[in-house]
Amino acid sequence: MKRVIASAMLALTLGAASPSMAFEPESDQPIKLMIADWSSMLIDTEILNIILSTYGYNVEKVVADDSARYPGFESGDLTIALETWQTTQDKAFTASVATGKVLDMGELGPHAKEDWWYPAYMEEKCPGLPDWKALKDCAAAFAAPETAPKGRYLSGPVSWGGHDEERVKALDLPFEVVHAGTDAAMFAELQSAYERKAPILLWIYEPHWAPTVYAGSFIKFPPYEAACYSDPSWGENKTAAYDCGKPEGWIKKMAWAEGEKVWPCAYDIVRKFTMDGKEVGELVYEVDVKARPVEEVAMEWAKKNEAKWRSWAACAQK
Amino acid sequence: MADILARPDGVAAWRRNWAHAVLPLAILAATLFIQGPLAHLPDWAVVPLADWVGGGLNWFAREATIGGVKVADITRALATAAEMPIDWLKVLLAEGWVTGAGFNKMHIAPPLSWLGVILATSLLALRLSGRGLALLTLLAGAYLVFFGLWLSAMTTLASVVLCVITALALGLAMGIWAYRSPGAEAVLRAVMNIMQTVPVFSYLLPTLLLFGYGPSAALFATVVYALPPMVHATVLALRSVPAETLELARMTGCSRAQTLLKVELPVATPRLAIGLNQVVMMTLNMVIIASMIGAGGLGYDVLRALRRLDFGAGFEAGMGIVALAVVLDRLTQVAAHNQSTGRRGLWKRRDTAIAVLLLLVPTAASLAVPAFATWPDGWTLTTAPFWNGAVSFINQNFYGPLEAIRTATLLGVMNPFRDLLLAAPWSAVVLLVALAGYALGGLRTAFSVALLMLFIVVTGYWEAAMSSVYLTVLSVALALAIGLPFGIWVSAHPRLHQPVQLVLDTLQTLPTLVYLLPAVMLFRNGDFSALIAIVSYAIAPAVRYGMAGMAHVPSERIEAGIMSGCTPWQTFRFVRLPSSLPTLILGINQTVMMALSMLVIAALVGTRELGQEVYTSLARGETGPGIVAGLCVACIALVADALLKSGAARAARHEGAVHV
Repeated sequence: MKRVIASAMLALTLGAASPSMAFEPESDQPIKLMIADWSSMLIDTEILNIILSTYGYNVEKVVADDSARYPGFESGDLTIALETWQTTQDKAFTASVATGKVLDMGELGPHAKEDWWYPAYMEEKCPGLPDWKALKDCAAAFAAPETAPKGRYLSGPVSWGGHDEERVKALDLPFEVVHAGTDAAMFAELQSAYERKAPILLWIYEPHWAPTVYAGSFIKFPPYEAACYSDPSWGENKTAAYDCGKPEGWIKKMAWAEGEKVWPCAYDIVRKFTMDGKEVGELVYEVDVKARPVEEVAMEWAKKNEAKWRSWAACAQK
Repeated sequence: MADILARPDGVAAWRRNWAHAVLPLAILAATLFIQGPLAHLPDWAVVPLADWVGGGLNWFAREATIGGVKVADITRALATAAEMPIDWLKVLLAEGWVTGAGFNKMHIAPPLSWLGVILATSLLALRLSGRGLALLTLLAGAYLVFFGLWLSAMTTLASVVLCVITALALGLAMGIWAYRSPGAEAVLRAVMNIMQTVPVFSYLLPTLLLFGYGPSAALFATVVYALPPMVHATVLALRSVPAETLELARMTGCSRAQTLLKVELPVATPRLAIGLNQVVMMTLNMVIIASMIGAGGLGYDVLRALRRLDFGAGFEAGMGIVALAVVLDRLTQVAAHNQSTGRRGLWKRRDTAIAVLLLLVPTAASLAVPAFATWPDGWTLTTAPFWNGAVSFINQNFYGPLEAIRTATLLGVMNPFRDLLLAAPWSAVVLLVALAGYALGGLRTAFSVALLMLFIVVTGYWEAAMSSVYLTVLSVALALAIGLPFGIWVSAHPRLHQPVQLVLDTLQTLPTLVYLLPAVMLFRNGDFSALIAIVSYAIAPAVRYGMAGMAHVPSERIEAGIMSGCTPWQTFRFVRLPSSLPTLILGINQTVMMALSMLVIAALVGTRELGQEVYTSLARGETGPGIVAGLCVACIALVADALLKSGAARAARHEGAVHV
């Protein structure tokens, strides 16, 4: 509505002097970009917002939960999401694409990794890290009063899944899995422990600002293979699945399938849209650690890389 | 004071007491022998209600039709309609007229200048109330501007205003309906009780399915949350209209509509204002959750700040919500008060002209001086580094003793109590609760609480529910132990009433997350942090009712006590406490309700109970389990409500009987 009034005003006041609108978008239906609650997605989605709206598309940003997004995409409530992580969304994403209502728009670029992580100062207290076998002997170094003599491992929110309880059992680790309530609560505990050089072992994911701010490493579990999660006879423990690390992998773009007919050119731009992993890490650092507004950081990127994104939008440059 | 001296006489008392003492003991002894399905319900006996509800709702939101029109299409149309006024308000207050976007973004007209909005509102406050409120409004506005929160605050205000108006209108309409038709009242009361106790997170997903992501889904969820107190308040307020007044209306030949508009509503206004206050508070309470589903504004600022662990910035944005809440609340209160006391004509035509000028001049000036439109970033204040430093300092210097307290409480009190509740056989617990219902309220109460408990058993959420009960019981005990004595103490010091009110309002509107995350830094993820969160929220009603209970003790009774030579302690113990007991029990009831409503938020720091079930199914996008687990929370609330209300009724009867 606001847009209608605004464009009416524009037509009235500016008349013929409207800015160069060389490209006419295929439809003025709003393209709904999904944003979830982590920073890299906020930033790259804002960049896409700048690009699409520069070519006159009607763009809306819509907040949605990471795992709760699929009904929205199947019904067209959400049009495009730039980040779908293989590490947590693999199954749901594949199932959703299989319905035919959702499109796989290719990889965004950065490589997703997540696993058990410890700060560098813990290497003294637990020599043998980062090898996972070292954990068997230093549960005490990671223990909290209520878990002693077992170690305490802080896993992500329950909704992330991650199979940590199964992992602990399969690899026979003397650890108790405690779930953080939210992502923020998890990093609050990391910061608290890091300030005091206190023991902590937790779930960290990349790209994220934490690995750039805190020194530390991922535990080296037996590397993930699909068979590890599905076949008990695979790997270390012959009678249990999940005896390996967490999957790493792609971050993919996804879209509502019917939108392809509505905005073919916009979909083409989204397919070509890619970011470099390191680049994303730096942008996230600007926002999360330096506390700069997302819009400002994204606009700065857009100004610096204008030639690049103009080349993605070849279909709009006629 | 016959009640102190009266001793229950032998046999009759024994007969009455066997239900109170012997039977529970017998049941407790029996628990040691209960094994098998009566202790833990086997999986095959669990009713898959969650699947049915999930399937049903999915069908309703996607396939169902009313007269050939899809339900989803109707709700979507509603959503679009609701979004229009929010958008207009946003254009006016926050964004201004903007066209194009990205590289082609153009501003056509600026939003109303912050200076104009603050001055005009202060003028309103000055006319309606006086210098005090005008100054408060100025200060709140200045806070929002200087701390760089103005734009977000106006975005929040745009949706809050619409939520309050909608909840007010619907609440009044439903309240009037319930007042006129006893049949409707019974139904509405049941529905409102459930609406008030089912956690918001459990109906968020269905809301998203029906209304789509965005401000209108947030609007709907907020209205559902804020509606019940308005309905209750309306029914109570209309009932309180004296019969003679109604008689007069009838004699002067008023029609039904005239009676309502000219007599009943004006007379009931002061009590309606209480409902309005609750609506405003609860709407602002929802700001954080609303921002999770697309409302933006201050709630989003809080979430963003906390994600980067910038506690200070989160606290500042949270206090922005409090500032909005306090100003909105005081303005609506004073307006309602003026209405009922007939103070009119305070706002003159000349004032309207001044207000328009105040709004327009700075806005026009902002075309030349951008600082009038948006306060420059470079000029904003922040106290964030101080708060962050303080949290960090406490963490580094006092972690040891705090950790010792946490460990002792956890290992000495919390874990044993939880294990006890988890080990208790469900059949014995249900029997005990039913017995308590019988002792307090009779057969009907016993029957209904048993049914509610059985719902939890058969849906398979028994263990999660017991974990919730354990957290709730401990937090309520702690909140009451601190809150009631404090409230009682404050009631004797009138000078403290105002500041304490302000602190309580702050506790109830400052988003819990703001102090929850620093708590996590000091007390880790888990039940202890959850306990702190719940106590800090549930303590407000404990203090409020402590104050109210003491305030309403008839002064003749106190004087009689003093005359008959009671010491201050004796006056308290034998006069004040018994006569305020019904109010105090209602206070306990409210404290329990608040604690239960916080369970979902406590899930954000890693509890394992019903709140977590609700939160997790929201995050996973499963409609069914979220709703059923939410209904289980409602069951616990309704059981507590039934028991405590019958307890209060008994206390009131007892009190009345003695002093008649």
